Amino acid sequence: MSADQVIIGLEIHCQLDTRTKLFCGCSTDYRDDGPNTHVCPVCLGLPGTMPAVNRRAVEYALRVAKAFNCEIPEECEFSRKNYFYPDLPKGYQITQYDRPLALGGHIVIEAEEGGEKKVRLTRIHMEEDPGRLVHRGGGARARYSLVDYNRSGVPLIEIVTEPDLRSPKEARRLLAKLRATLEYLGVFDSEKEGSLRVDANVSIAGHDRVEIKNISSYKGVEKALTFEITRQRSLIRRGATVERETRHFVEARGTTTASRSKVEEHDYRYFPEPDLPPLRVASWLDDIALPELPDARRERFMQQYGLSINHARTLTGDLRLAEFFEAVAGEDPVLAATWVADTLLGELNYRDRTIATVDPIRFRSLLSLVGSGTITDRSGVEVLRLVLDTPEEPASIVERLGLAVTGDDAVATAIAEVLAEQPQAVADYRAGKGAALNYLAGQVMKKTRGRADPREVGRRLAEALAE
Amino acid sequence: MDDRFNAYLLRSDVPGRRSGPLAGRTVAIKDNISTAGMETTCGSRILKGYVPPYDAHVVSLLRDAGATINGKTNMDEFGMGTTTENSGFGPTLNPVDTTRVPGGSSGGSAAAVAAGLAEMALGTDTGGSIRCPAAFCGIVGFKPTYGRVSRYGLVAYANSLETIGPMGRTVGDISALLRVISRPDPRDSTMQGLPYEHDPVPSVRGRTIGVPAEFFGEGVDPRVAAKVRDSIETLAACGAKVVPVSMPTMKFALAAYYITCTSEASSNLARYDGVRFGPGAEVQRSWHDAFTAVRAEHFGEEVRRRILLGTFALSAGYYGRYYGKAQTARAQVAADFERLFRSVDLLAGPTMPTVAFRLGELADPLSMYLADILTVPANLAGVPAISVPCGSVDGLPVGLQLMGRPFDDETVIDAAAAFEAEVTA
Repeated sequence: MSADQVIIGLEIHCQLDTRTKLFCGCSTDYRDDGPNTHVCPVCLGLPGTMPAVNRRAVEYALRVAKAFNCEIPEECEFSRKNYFYPDLPKGYQITQYDRPLALGGHIVIEAEEGGEKKVRLTRIHMEEDPGRLVHRGGGARARYSLVDYNRSGVPLIEIVTEPDLRSPKEARRLLAKLRATLEYLGVFDSEKEGSLRVDANVSIAGHDRVEIKNISSYKGVEKALTFEITRQRSLIRRGATVERETRHFVEARGTTTASRSKVEEHDYRYFPEPDLPPLRVASWLDDIALPELPDARRERFMQQYGLSINHARTLTGDLRLAEFFEAVAGEDPVLAATWVADTLLGELNYRDRTIATVDPIRFRSLLSLVGSGTITDRSGVEVLRLVLDTPEEPASIVERLGLAVTGDDAVATAIAEVLAEQPQAVADYRAGKGAALNYLAGQVMKKTRGRADPREVGRRLAEALAE
Repeated sequence: MDDRFNAYLLRSDVPGRRSGPLAGRTVAIKDNISTAGMETTCGSRILKGYVPPYDAHVVSLLRDAGATINGKTNMDEFGMGTTTENSGFGPTLNPVDTTRVPGGSSGGSAAAVAAGLAEMALGTDTGGSIRCPAAFCGIVGFKPTYGRVSRYGLVAYANSLETIGPMGRTVGDISALLRVISRPDPRDSTMQGLPYEHDPVPSVRGRTIGVPAEFFGEGVDPRVAAKVRDSIETLAACGAKVVPVSMPTMKFALAAYYITCTSEASSNLARYDGVRFGPGAEVQRSWHDAFTAVRAEHFGEEVRRRILLGTFALSAGYYGRYYGKAQTARAQVAADFERLFRSVDLLAGPTMPTVAFRLGELADPLSMYLADILTVPANLAGVPAISVPCGSVDGLPVGLQLMGRPFDDETVIDAAAAFEAEVTA
């Protein structure tokens, strides 16, 4: 390890996409509703209530553990993590401590220096999400805070990695791979706001480590780490010490700031949750079947459709994208891959839209227009933009704008006209000035209003001049 | 109805369904059991004004069975006490002798039944809280096997130890009440789904009763011991085989019990922060200052003591020395019971080492803790245990305690019924 090697480990909290909460029957579909509308005595922590485990949530967590090749002990147990915070209705969080659902395992990512790399996992455990605080008046100046318990009790898994990541880019790749895998497993919806939260531990080899808390977006992780590494390196360069501390990521500014001081560090007084007997999950495992996961699908796309590794990797990196590709692959999957991975993704990115907003049927019509040579690639892009921005059918767009590649006769007529109108250029060409051909071709294209295939025009113009 | 004994915190007259096994019968409910629409305080000022929006499972079952809920009974705050003097709303008096405590923590329930204010009552038993007041007030009190009655709606003090149980004037009554309240409930994951559907058979013929020497050791009033030995003779006369046994783990029991219950309590009571129920927090202060002030002001002294003890026992660096060790000791107590129950069907001894204390007599907490020595082993092991009246000393009731195998509540109740039949005949 080089002297200023970056060392990163992540703790990733993902909401499991179950219909109901982890310990009660309340719905988890609260995002469009008012505060405190998805609550009951259990998730409000009313005196006398007891948790009862949502079996589906455990099954989802087991799918994840199986997908990442974790060791799954015979039995796991819930514990209480005790601390006072107003978003925590019981004064403790039910989580897992010394007997988690899963240990070990790994996630394979593309390494910074190329090739594949196994990032080892420490553990995966289940826990309940706390409620959410809304600070009136904004941030530190808030006069009071409101508590919304809709989120209280939503099932989470926490995935803890070993410090195996070596750059912010690798961290981002790990998260992308994790997200893709969880979505393939059908246990996670990355489009739900706040469904993923990350704490990152980062250090420079030989120096103390800093924990960055509560990063809530994929891009945020890379940004926070990049900022923090720069901060730590400049401290070290100046001969200062990197304090072992917890810092907060300020999304708006892309910086991290010191938060909790050592005095406030918690003793969580973990002990087994007495209202929940240990879960004997080993016997459930036989019923947990895994679907095709991203790596397997990537291999299949290369085998079955003859895609390049880059196209296959891009297309399988997101479940919806992979499904979209398969829906439009048709007879020319390589063409479809190029159009989806290179053109469509760029256009979507520019519009800040997701693949879910694209109609595969219209996209497929567009592909067949390009594939049959009815329109040129350039016109195809123009049609694609209109397909994304309007409800018009591709065929109708082509017709309305007259984008269809012109037939041979029209090209022949245009060539004959141009040769008659441009005797000087014809003479120049015959005298050996090659550039004159480009000028003549340009005139032909102009006459056909860009509908002709430029290569075709060049070839036939040369033929005509040779006669 | 005149409640001279301060047995009730809240009086009510809520009839249940018109038919059902308890139709027309009155049941008083300990105030740590949630009742929809009826204030539930656990005897604590920190829950003053809290009205649960839901019924405990046992309360729903009572309503369905036709019982009339006639009030919420006084108790030691959150169940923390052996006398009902630790209530935030004043002590309950013992109807047998109003200069005496009724025992605790279900003192209000026991007094209500003993005074004839309710035919039956629900109590809760974490370390003897049903059996102690039953013994002191001269009624029958039963702590079912852990996992036999749903705790959903019981405001938690020490989850791994406590159970809801029936109290009444006769073994027949507590059996009838247990039948109603032991129905399964998926909301309590520690329930085993083995409802009690038994009609008591007053017989001990052919049963073997072990009498642990430790139940008659130091601190047990010799007159109480003599009454209980006489009662065990009565059971022998009814056809039981009585054998002396030993329970060496009794010496760990109190320590294991108090570490476990205070640890769990320190966590259970964290939710009383003045935000969602009870007297509100001073809003001008910061969050930490506000909840600290609410807790300091409204928790009683014994509750604060137990929260501190439990917080300490779970602290980093002390967990292994206290909580961890207590769980080891607890497992040994349970193993001791298991060993004994390979050769005996029941264990018998006094419920309490003495008769009811005078009000104010147990001034220091340690002597109060010591009074629980004979009742806590059953909670540590989760086994069923009953206290039945077996005479009196100086006019004050004495209780005979019978303990049985886990989920063999039926045999315990049969033996108690046999004893009751013999002494009332």
